[in-house]
Amino acid sequence: MTDIAPFTGYVYPNETIIPWGVLIVIYPYLTGLVAGAFTVSSFYHVFGMQQFKPVARLALLTSLSVMLFVPAPLLLHLGHAERSYLSMVTPHLTSAFAMFGFFAAFYTILLILEVWFVFRADNVARAQNSTGLARTFYRAVTLWSDDVSPRARVIDSKWLLILAIVGIPSAHGLHGYIGFVYGSLKARQWWESDLMPVIFLFSAIVSGIALLMVLYVVTSKLRRVRIDFACLKGLTFALWGFLMFTVILEGLEFANLVYKGKEGVDMIMEYVQGPLFWRYFVLQFGFGALLPVALMGLMIAFGTRGKAFVMGAMTSAFLVLMNVLLMRWNVVIGGQEISKTGKGLLTYPMTLFGHESFVSAFILTIAPFVLLWVLIRLFPPWADKSGNT
Amino acid sequence: MKNDKKKTQRREFLCTTGKALAGLGVLAGGGNLLAQASGEKKEKSPGSFPTADYDWTKHRWAYGIDANKCIGCLRCVEACKIENDVVGDAQHFRTWVERYVYLEGEDHALVDSHADPGNIAASGSESEYRFDNRYKDAKVSKAFFVPKMCNHCAHPACVQVCPVGATFRTEDGVVLIDHDYCIGCRYCVQACPYGARFFREEEGVSDKCTWCYHLITKGKMPACVEVCPTGTRVFGDLNDKSSPVSEFIKNNAVQVLKPESGNAPMCFYVGLDKDVS
Repeated sequence: MTDIAPFTGYVYPNETIIPWGVLIVIYPYLTGLVAGAFTVSSFYHVFGMQQFKPVARLALLTSLSVMLFVPAPLLLHLGHAERSYLSMVTPHLTSAFAMFGFFAAFYTILLILEVWFVFRADNVARAQNSTGLARTFYRAVTLWSDDVSPRARVIDSKWLLILAIVGIPSAHGLHGYIGFVYGSLKARQWWESDLMPVIFLFSAIVSGIALLMVLYVVTSKLRRVRIDFACLKGLTFALWGFLMFTVILEGLEFANLVYKGKEGVDMIMEYVQGPLFWRYFVLQFGFGALLPVALMGLMIAFGTRGKAFVMGAMTSAFLVLMNVLLMRWNVVIGGQEISKTGKGLLTYPMTLFGHESFVSAFILTIAPFVLLWVLIRLFPPWADKSGNT
Repeated sequence: MKNDKKKTQRREFLCTTGKALAGLGVLAGGGNLLAQASGEKKEKSPGSFPTADYDWTKHRWAYGIDANKCIGCLRCVEACKIENDVVGDAQHFRTWVERYVYLEGEDHALVDSHADPGNIAASGSESEYRFDNRYKDAKVSKAFFVPKMCNHCAHPACVQVCPVGATFRTEDGVVLIDHDYCIGCRYCVQACPYGARFFREEEGVSDKCTWCYHLITKGKMPACVEVCPTGTRVFGDLNDKSSPVSEFIKNNAVQVLKPESGNAPMCFYVGLDKDVS
């Protein structure tokens, strides 16, 4: 049983069932977090920015945990998930979506390899210092190689750099590509924009940085260790800069749409002033973007430190995470709420329970962090004394 | 065209592989069956699909709609639902009819279809199709009906976006969906600018008009054309210069819906108005 979308004006009869629901909102959100978290890890692993060392390995584990769940909302959404392999066996190359399986698989393997190299020396040590099942586990993880000689470490570093360098275009390519899936769809004016892949990319980076800020502060509190101010400040700076850029891009895109004023723009204006006003202008732009830009700007300008800085940074990070989730919602659901007739508006009826519902989307958003918790227990990523680097 | 060819080759390859596997199975089953299978293969000419005596390279199907003739009787909608076993509710249509009404002094038309709640209330059922009498007391300056359906575009965006090639354009110009291959991602539903595609939730696949491919390949007319009492709907082969659709295109100034989409529809209209989208 599928829920019927209420509508106003005239919509094509077949449009009254919204094809892409909340799971397809979660899918680009998760992919964005992957790309963003990877960006944070690259700050240290590729660009050598030392202040990001405390979060570099956590960022990598976060990226992997989320990436492993990226296909889940897609598979759950498909009418025939058991046939999904066909997109890799017989990909239809004109489809913007045919490459997803390959890109995702390539990037997942790359992430696993990078994690393996980053944690290799630690895992060798853990294998040597443990007994029984734990020893067997860590030995298996290191592929029964315990060579941590200086020469082996140099090889590790070389591989790490190569993987991290290849990883940057891969992570961002994967996410920019998802922006392309929407931006290239000419049937929907709300999506059809050349800026869409770029906006997706930048919003991905900000969501990843914001997530790492939250994870870093929360894990530091739980572990009762001092928060590295330089690290948090670096993340805040990065978030501030990228966020300003993202907001300007999103603003430009909207201005373009309105200024060009193509056929159907009247309905878009009615939509943004009506149903979308709160979740687009007020929540996404106002609270989700302008407020954190202002807050972080003020903290940086006034040289805020200590607890006040942590509080301000956390507030900004949470607001940005909300902003990006709303951006995904407003793009994916928003595009489908504007009828292709240009004469009507629909309302997406999200159900609480079921196959594609609030609960299923919520579980899929939380699940990567449960996996992250497990991975952190198995491979502590900390740069201080409780880690091994 | 190149893509279509590639696809045909791929389909042929899959078909041949499938047959080879089936052949192996038959071989295990017994010689008699094998003989039958190979006999069947001989009968089929290489360019044939889907039946042995139909050659899809010999036809180029097209559709014509004269909106001036449509009386909104909705027999076409009913016939289509029955012929193609389409879900009998108000959210799944392979074809539908829109009503455009300009009230006196208004610049824009009021639009509805038989799937509008008011019209469903008037018919009393989602599977009975009717336009209500809502404009009975209004001053109407102009009113007309526009039948809609899949445009079987020459450059179909739905085919372009399908990640597995489950939807394809046949050699004779019909856009079809292989329901055994569709993964149910609904990308094609999004890509169609005409709202012609829908999702069959029960089967987990996309669906749309096929111009009744099972009928036209047997020399018959699509169900909607067959039942139209006014000759609004015209169908035929562009390769045949005297076919109804060739005559229709030759004798009228025809238009297509949303030409700016670049999809190059193969449904040609007469009598479209500025507000029809």
